[in-house]
Amino acid sequence: MSATGNTAPLIDIERGMIAREIFSSESIFQQELETIFTRAWLFVGHESQIPNPGDFFMSRMGQESVIVARDKRSKVHVFLNSCRHRGMRLCSADHGNTSLFTCPYHSWSFTTDGKLFGVPQFKNLYEGCLDRAEWSLVEVAQLEVYKGTIWATWDPAAPLLATYLGDAKLHLDMTLDCRDGREGGSEVLLGVHKWIIPCNWKIAAENFLGDSYHNPSHRSVDLIGIGPSAEYGVKGRRDNELETAQHLWISFPAGHGVHSAQMQADMAEPETYQNNSVVAEYFREANRRRKERLGAEANRLLPFVGTLYPNTSFHGRQPRNLCVWHPHGPEQTEAWRFFLVDADAPQEVKDFLRTYYMRYSGPAGMTEQDDMENWNSATAASRGVIARRHPYNYQQSMGRSTRNGPTPGNTALQMSEENARQYYRRWSDYMGGADWDTLLGKKD
Amino acid sequence: MSDVQTAQKLRPSADYFTLRGEVEEFLYDEAEILDTRDFKGWLDLLADDIRYFMPITFNVKFGEHGDKERTRTEKDMSWFNEGKWSLTKRVEQILTGVHWAEEPLSRCTRLVTNVQVTGVRDSEGVEELSARSRLLLYQNRCEYEQTYFAVRRYDKLRRVNGGLKVCERKIILEQTVLLAKNLTVFF
Ligand code: FES
Ligand SMILES: [Fe+2]
Repeated sequence: MSATGNTAPLIDIERGMIAREIFSSESIFQQELETIFTRAWLFVGHESQIPNPGDFFMSRMGQESVIVARDKRSKVHVFLNSCRHRGMRLCSADHGNTSLFTCPYHSWSFTTDGKLFGVPQFKNLYEGCLDRAEWSLVEVAQLEVYKGTIWATWDPAAPLLATYLGDAKLHLDMTLDCRDGREGGSEVLLGVHKWIIPCNWKIAAENFLGDSYHNPSHRSVDLIGIGPSAEYGVKGRRDNELETAQHLWISFPAGHGVHSAQMQADMAEPETYQNNSVVAEYFREANRRRKERLGAEANRLLPFVGTLYPNTSFHGRQPRNLCVWHPHGPEQTEAWRFFLVDADAPQEVKDFLRTYYMRYSGPAGMTEQDDMENWNSATAASRGVIARRHPYNYQQSMGRSTRNGPTPGNTALQMSEENARQYYRRWSDYMGGADWDTLLGKKD
Repeated sequence: MSDVQTAQKLRPSADYFTLRGEVEEFLYDEAEILDTRDFKGWLDLLADDIRYFMPITFNVKFGEHGDKERTRTEKDMSWFNEGKWSLTKRVEQILTGVHWAEEPLSRCTRLVTNVQVTGVRDSEGVEELSARSRLLLYQNRCEYEQTYFAVRRYDKLRRVNGGLKVCERKIILEQTVLLAKNLTVFF
């Protein structure tokens, strides 16, 4: 299949079937890089990682390395991490502070706002030939900072981030906002988890999109209990606060999907974080203030998990983080996880949370190890010649979603693969080079 | 007197080699216990107040290696930074038989080398040894999956009832992006 291959026949939303090929084909992967990762809004980092002028953080967009930098005047930029002369990587440190990005090859240097600054022997070799102003670093078409998170797109025609997120923004908000309901205020802990998973990036994205059906795969941690109250004898991998809630599987026109939960209206505040009485008290107080600030009705909705199209996922609560599934190849993904805490939380609370995050999340986390194992074999299973003749089943709760749910979005009150169906409907549109109205679901 | 001074004073005396021999035996036994999947037996080698730590490593520019190359035990996220309670949980998880990342169990072989005693300390009447070693851990899963971890270990070993227990283990894995999909094995 060429880079403009027609992938529409691979996605049969009406019948709930998706070809295995999209998880293993090299040419489809290449087409994704060209049609999805050049247009969609991608999460690249968090302001708390670059607090000062000159600070930078090396990130990725699609398969390419980018520099997220704060310039001398404190403005945030995202540049392709590649010298304009012969392409050398300008930045090899994961993060740091600098006044210039100097190329190791022939020493061109660029300022933190991307301007070509130094060209060795300019007078002799380039005077009259090279217009410095034309050779700034390649910068993203649009960049937005939203409640600390930094997003970028290569498409000048892409809609504003808020439009792109649509009603899914509410769920991102609940992840980024302070536990007591104040807007924003989160920070990323030093130490982004980065690891290589032998799986297709969409399998990870889809897992967070609302695949709650995979709960049984986490039986081992649920049996032993590793949650924030586990030392207090509570089983499970997190506190039971969502046990009596109405769970919601919500898909959004632009392809995003979340699994959220709405608490019972008259429900008593559940006891959480019982391993540590200081932390338990901190959250009791935060919950009380959140209710006061948002009002009893809005306070009922709690963040859980979700994926913002195409490859940014979040865990909104226990644990709390943002993850990016960087595509490396059809069968390889580089996962990055950024762990969040309220910036103004007491150190004891932050310490408690990061200890919980470490035992829960990522390749060393007891819960997610089992995810990785499954994603790995699902990818491998998408490769076989015979296997590829048999599509995957996406029929769960077909026709059971409603636009009249308790919150905006197409909502299922029972476990549903509607989020995935919508995600792949959009995937198909991106692959076909659709216009932004289509990509935002305005033509659905 | 610093740990290093004490150890230098010891080396290369007969006492030093006796002590090193004892530490080597301990670490070899530990490797055997883990390779043969006696996970509960492994927990018995750990002091109740053990700190088990594996930092995340960063690419930093020259000159920052001293203090910025790795995450710290305080404040930062690491790969591991935990005590005996969660290490015990990890063992319990494997023993459920439904920890899919370890089902079927990984087959592991640990090679322990470069063992040196770097300090001897009296901590309120209890002898505490500092030791460093290198560990090459071969992990094989299912049919085709194999991973090598080459790590440096910096241990504190406490003498308890004549035997040794690990009361601190710092594990340095020299990768910035973890090149394995999981860290289900013990180092
Ligand atoms: S490649 Fe960067 S200066 Fe030549
Ligand atoms: Fe999971």
